[in-house]
Amino acid sequence: MESQALFDAVKAKFGDAALELQDAGFRPAFVVVAPASIADIARFLRDDPAMRFDSLMCLSGVDYKDRFAVACHLYSMSHRHAIGLKAYLPKETPSLPSVDAVWPAANFMERETFDLYGIVFEGSKDLRRILLPEDWEGHPLRKDYKYPESYHGIKV
Amino acid sequence: MSREPAKGAVVPPPAPGSPGPEAHVMVGSADMFVNWSRKSSLWYLLFATACCGIELMQTGASRYDLDRFGAVFRASPRQSDLMIVAGTVTHKMAERLKRLYDQMPDPKFVISMGSCANTGGPFYKDSYCVVKGVDLLVPVDVYVPGCPPRPEALIDGILQLQKIIEKTRNFAKKV
Repeated sequence: MESQALFDAVKAKFGDAALELQDAGFRPAFVVVAPASIADIARFLRDDPAMRFDSLMCLSGVDYKDRFAVACHLYSMSHRHAIGLKAYLPKETPSLPSVDAVWPAANFMERETFDLYGIVFEGSKDLRRILLPEDWEGHPLRKDYKYPESYHGIKV
Repeated sequence: MSREPAKGAVVPPPAPGSPGPEAHVMVGSADMFVNWSRKSSLWYLLFATACCGIELMQTGASRYDLDRFGAVFRASPRQSDLMIVAGTVTHKMAERLKRLYDQMPDPKFVISMGSCANTGGPFYKDSYCVVKGVDLLVPVDVYVPGCPPRPEALIDGILQLQKIIEKTRNFAKKV
């Protein structure tokens, strides 16, 4: 399915929750959605017979300095098409619903995004740090992250 | 240095060919014997965390055959004399490394293998999670440079460590 037709289908089903289609110069295109409805749209994209996005290839965070974003790359094994889902989040309290009930593989990637960006996934099965120690302070991939002087007495 | 026997004591004559009653001859020989034993059976703990670990495995495998120096790998710190830190050590790993080192019985030695373990290597300048040199955690005896070092370099590190062990004085007075 072409990305424009796919965006139109999401727009017809969810209305204003589908914000825009970003497809200038890169593939797969991104469907920008409202953060609050990302879990519903994800479930629709997985279950609809014309979509069948059964594979979550990647879930990642982005820091644009003035705001955050969460980007999901989806692929359909049966239809052989791909699309991206993107949600922009405010700088102060970045949070959005978890999609790990839709794709169980999302859990590790959401934990990594939480660990390194501090983006909270509401309703997640298990949202803990995954790479850094449990008592680490801050989220290192944020642009305004300040390196600590030491960790447990060892110079950083 | 010689100890005079007490007055009236019965001193047996020295056995033919013996070095005499001076104690330091005996002590020096014990040092040599103990050091020879230690340097000839350096069982090393596998602590491979990155690509240096591949070279470490290759060093232990049949082509380079570290076994001919008496060094065989152990999977448990409690059976190891030597820890070869092969690879990048993060702050999360640092506590595990320290705990493994503490579990090794004395005398214990550490070889820091490769740039990451020596100084942090490519992660020295701008990394929040990599320890900038394993000598911040445990005392290091030999540093092997390289990224990663070839098996020959690691073997040379083991030979250097054997030289260090040879010079150790366990019983005689330190001069």
